[in-house]
Amino acid sequence: MSRSGEDEVSLVDLGRERPQVPAQARNMSPIVPRASISGRALVAVVAIMTFLASITTGTVLLVSASAAEWQSEVASEITIQVRPSAGRDIDRDAQAAAEAMRAQPGIVQVRPFSKEESAKLLEPWLGSGLSIEELPVPRVIVARVQPGTTLDLAAFRARVTQAAPTASVDDHRAWIERMRSMSGATVFAGIGILILVIIATIISVSFATRGAMAANRPIVEVLHFVGAGDSYIANRFLRHFLMLGLEGGLIGGGAAMLAFGFSESIAGWFSGTPVGDQFAALLGTFSLRPSGYLALAAQALLIAAITAWASRRTLFATLDDID
Amino acid sequence: MVRFENVGLRYGLGPEILRDLSFAIPPHSFQFLTGPSGAGKTSLLRLLFLSLRPTRGLVNLFGRDVSLLSKDQVADLRKRIGIVLQDFRLLDHMTTYENVALPFRVMGREESSYRREVIDLLKWVGLGERMDALPPILSGGEKQRAAIARAVISRPHLLLADEPTGSVDPTLGRRLLRLFIELNKSGTAVIIATHDITLMDQYEARRLVLHQGRLHIYE
Repeated sequence: MSRSGEDEVSLVDLGRERPQVPAQARNMSPIVPRASISGRALVAVVAIMTFLASITTGTVLLVSASAAEWQSEVASEITIQVRPSAGRDIDRDAQAAAEAMRAQPGIVQVRPFSKEESAKLLEPWLGSGLSIEELPVPRVIVARVQPGTTLDLAAFRARVTQAAPTASVDDHRAWIERMRSMSGATVFAGIGILILVIIATIISVSFATRGAMAANRPIVEVLHFVGAGDSYIANRFLRHFLMLGLEGGLIGGGAAMLAFGFSESIAGWFSGTPVGDQFAALLGTFSLRPSGYLALAAQALLIAAITAWASRRTLFATLDDID
Repeated sequence: MVRFENVGLRYGLGPEILRDLSFAIPPHSFQFLTGPSGAGKTSLLRLLFLSLRPTRGLVNLFGRDVSLLSKDQVADLRKRIGIVLQDFRLLDHMTTYENVALPFRVMGREESSYRREVIDLLKWVGLGERMDALPPILSGGEKQRAAIARAVISRPHLLLADEPTGSVDPTLGRRLLRLFIELNKSGTAVIIATHDITLMDQYEARRLVLHQGRLHIYE
């Protein structure tokens, strides 16, 4: 081969007049330029989706934690009502029932409500200055069950009614069942919302990937020309999408964590007001446990991984079309 | 190396633009592919580069029936073929050096292992001063030389060039032809598609002439 038409130098061996080459390594441009992928819109979509998913998950965690607390509190109590009956002394019956309850193994505390306390309980409905003697008001006895004890309720009920025939035992099972179904419905709705958010994320990411591939079609074609396989090309794009997914997940998940972090302070500002008390009754202290924050972080990573997966799936489908 | 048997090609439901092509490209051979504009030269090159599949007939490349190849196998075979297209297909965000080095990069080679080779070749094709320039600021002739350098840098077994001297002056055209000849001497089979008679007259080689979809071979 000739360089100038006179001196013959082979293409295979250029060694005889090889020019000096700068020794330093070059900073190579990325094969797929980052700016060519419409990243901002995708980061915003992933961030919003992650935020919504995190808020949903966090709220579900708060409601189920509060419901579990209520359930354990209510389940550890048994209420006995001793109704007045003609020919029976209600005070004696109440005392007999209380004695029978104290004798029951597994009962750690028995608290009979006095006449005055019973009147106090009725005060919101009947007003103050009530003479309880004139009304057939049942007497209430509350018993606390030792945590972890399984009480034989039928035997307990038999023992109490033997002592006081007009007594009825309520272990709040119906209330607990209703509570359980309510918290179950909340969790179910939360999972439904999460699934919708994830589907919306997959669709958005697929569209963004397709757009990016269309914009970079000339690059894909050249890479095919120089012998690059689909995996090689897909990996060049995938790295971008994984980074965009992580960025979006971090922003959305981080914003949600901050929101939950501040919610405790906000709940504190409203405590004592009717709204604050309602929220406190429903959602407890409104503070997420550390495991909740961990769950939100894991969810943000999951959404980033879903972004990468959806992008990879679309990439291979688009590469099939381009070839 | 390449064998076509009764190959036909049509686009969609249109007429057959290549008909009953039967020929072989032996290893280390050099040939011009010529014919009037629209005769199907580019389509034949695309068949040879596996970016088109024939509508009928058999294409055998490097001993493999191309109709049986998977996508990965096609990609592997393409690493043994260099191609220079009329529209150059350089990547605008990469420098001339990076464009020429792209085949090595795709092969997964370290930059230090091919740097000297790429710079030597760029100097040889007259782009030594334009190594760090981006394609949008290169002239047509410079782009063409960069595209040729990218096609030959990995010493392909088969080189396909579509009008490789179309955008350069006669002196540089002669020089590029010598590059192809040297590459052929080093073992690469070369097919140059051109309708430049002057170029063909500069080197005694086999001529494949496409006319009305049929191929006539002049040894």
